[in-house]
Amino acid sequence: MKAAILGKNEPGRAAGFSTRRHRRFGDPIFSNATLVLAFVIVGLLLGMIIVLNIDAFPAIRKFGLGFITSLTWDPVKEQFGALPAIFGTLLSSAIALIIAIPISLGAAIFLVELAPSWIRGPASFLIEMLAAIPSVIIGLWGLFVLVPFVRSPIESWLGDKLGFLPFFQGPPFGVGFLAAGMILSVMVIPIITAMSRDVIRAVPASQRESMLALGATRWEVIRRVVLPYCRSGLVGAVILGLGRALGETMAVTMVIGNNYAISASLFAPGTTIASKIASEFSEATSDVYIGSLVELALVLFAVTLVINVIARLLVWRLTRVKEATE
Amino acid sequence: MKKSTWFVLLTSVILLASVVAVSCAQTTANTVTPTATPTVTASPTPTASPKPTPLTTAQATNLNGAGGTFPAPLYTKWFDVYDQLTGVKINYAAVGSGAGISQITAGTIDFGASDAIMTSDQQAKAEAAGGPILHIPMTSGAVAIIYNLSGIPSGQIKLTGDVLAKIYLKTIKNWNDSQITILNPGLDLPDMPIAVVHRSDSSGTTYIYTNYLSKVSSDWNTQVGNATAVNWPGDIGGQGNAGVAGQVQQTPGSIGYVELAYAIQNNLPWVLLKNAAGNYAAPSLEGTTAATVGVALPDDMKVMITNSPNPDAYPICGFTWILAYVNQTDLAKGQALVNMLWWAIHDGQQYGTSLDYASLSSAAVAKAEAEILSIKYQGQPLLSR
Repeated sequence: MKAAILGKNEPGRAAGFSTRRHRRFGDPIFSNATLVLAFVIVGLLLGMIIVLNIDAFPAIRKFGLGFITSLTWDPVKEQFGALPAIFGTLLSSAIALIIAIPISLGAAIFLVELAPSWIRGPASFLIEMLAAIPSVIIGLWGLFVLVPFVRSPIESWLGDKLGFLPFFQGPPFGVGFLAAGMILSVMVIPIITAMSRDVIRAVPASQRESMLALGATRWEVIRRVVLPYCRSGLVGAVILGLGRALGETMAVTMVIGNNYAISASLFAPGTTIASKIASEFSEATSDVYIGSLVELALVLFAVTLVINVIARLLVWRLTRVKEATE
Repeated sequence: MKKSTWFVLLTSVILLASVVAVSCAQTTANTVTPTATPTVTASPTPTASPKPTPLTTAQATNLNGAGGTFPAPLYTKWFDVYDQLTGVKINYAAVGSGAGISQITAGTIDFGASDAIMTSDQQAKAEAAGGPILHIPMTSGAVAIIYNLSGIPSGQIKLTGDVLAKIYLKTIKNWNDSQITILNPGLDLPDMPIAVVHRSDSSGTTYIYTNYLSKVSSDWNTQVGNATAVNWPGDIGGQGNAGVAGQVQQTPGSIGYVELAYAIQNNLPWVLLKNAAGNYAAPSLEGTTAATVGVALPDDMKVMITNSPNPDAYPICGFTWILAYVNQTDLAKGQALVNMLWWAIHDGQQYGTSLDYASLSSAAVAKAEAEILSIKYQGQPLLSR
């Protein structure tokens, strides 16, 4: 092989070395090895699904599909249902995205399009550092700093001014869906910002420059050229962030209040699937109890799967539309 | 790619998936996850202690225990003193009574600690795992009902058990509800919603508290029940006694239940509760001791002392037990365990007073002694009088 690369006069034979055999030997091994590793990941996933199903079986057998629609979680009477946890997971993630998407998108656009060059490096670095903070630390910060802040200025102001809306009714505990959503947004912003920034940066300069040459303002360039060009990438970034928000455990457990109920109000305490499992798994005693917790995990798995499929369909459709219009 | 390569790859994937599945199925049967131990914020210096029970010839060994946060302040103190006296290091993880029960059943610890009596299910599982298991009482403590209302000092608000149950059932939602103000004519209770704080983990403190509520409120008994983890009607869940104390401290208008030591150490105000004899009692050492007097103690010491008829008793008290198997499997550990238990029920009791845990009455000590003397190794009792 070395001889072939160096381009010696005899491409096949140098120093008694048969490059043809060597090449045939090395490449298949490499490609098969990487294939095995790829399949190992798939195998791991399948293994996990199998184990989850086995452990959840006592609960699946007892509750059937009613598990997903039931509202009670009663360890005494052994009646378990997942709906409040599913609701809590989806609601807190939705709040996180509503807060995070404008901030992240704005930050990404600023960093790529509008920032002076001396800001770009340090700002990007700091945003990525935010992603590196362990979630327990963010949870502690949330409990001691964010929750009092949410209780006093934010929830009391929202309750006063917008209390006629069902979303802002109820006593301001501090802990609850709003605080959980805000904490999740803190964790999700760096992910979405970093990915969006990379995607926006990949827009070819020719696209921007031709728009500017036609007399567009900066805003029009961003709105009409850059963002439509990156649509699928931005959706991908948001889905990545959503994935983190759905599964986040420690930070959410500390600020969500651990109340197993559905409520229209954002001020109310609630539960997410991950926080329920984290709170109760080490002490669940009976088979049905453990089975219900594992079934919650399966439900989260399914929810994540559905959201990812929807996201892929969305991205595929956006790409098709883009191709059709080009 | 060639067919043979596909075949090899597919087999390897299937093999790998099944290996992963089997090993995961094995480990999920045994996994327990302990949470961090709480720190005791104030502990008094030990006074000169009497000579401890001398160790047998087996050398000092280490013991591992886990269980409720209810006795954690006392056990932390005990094990520290015991280490200084004898050199035996005992690790205690305050992970909740439920976790203590499941871990002793799994055999991952040498002794468990619980303020909840094991259910017949749990007892059966433990006996299947390691043989007969004992509930050895160590001390008793009170569950204080704490609240967060500015301007109302501790020991002023009076509540009955029925009203307390209604607060926790969320049928009484406001601090100035007529059912509360009628009991407190002199107090200016604010027009604030009551934020109810409970335990989010499985807890012996919850067991004692729900045991009391089930006795004083038939509604509570039918709707929620008595267990280490129940279906709370609301509002906020905290992790461990420390978590509940923290939530109450942070949330104005909240009410919660914690073991007395946590209320004292965090300067949290508590309410006065009406006991079965009709007197309003504050959570205290004296109230706890009074609750144990006059209660018939069975040999296995599985008895709840909530709502005690004694006129001086505080209504929400409970024993806390150490769970130990009768048949020990390790000689050195078994001897260390019985020596520690014997010390705890005799010399260790003095340390409880400063932390507001009530010492065992002489009747309770006698029963506990009988239980400890029944612990054996290979058929031979480990301790003899």
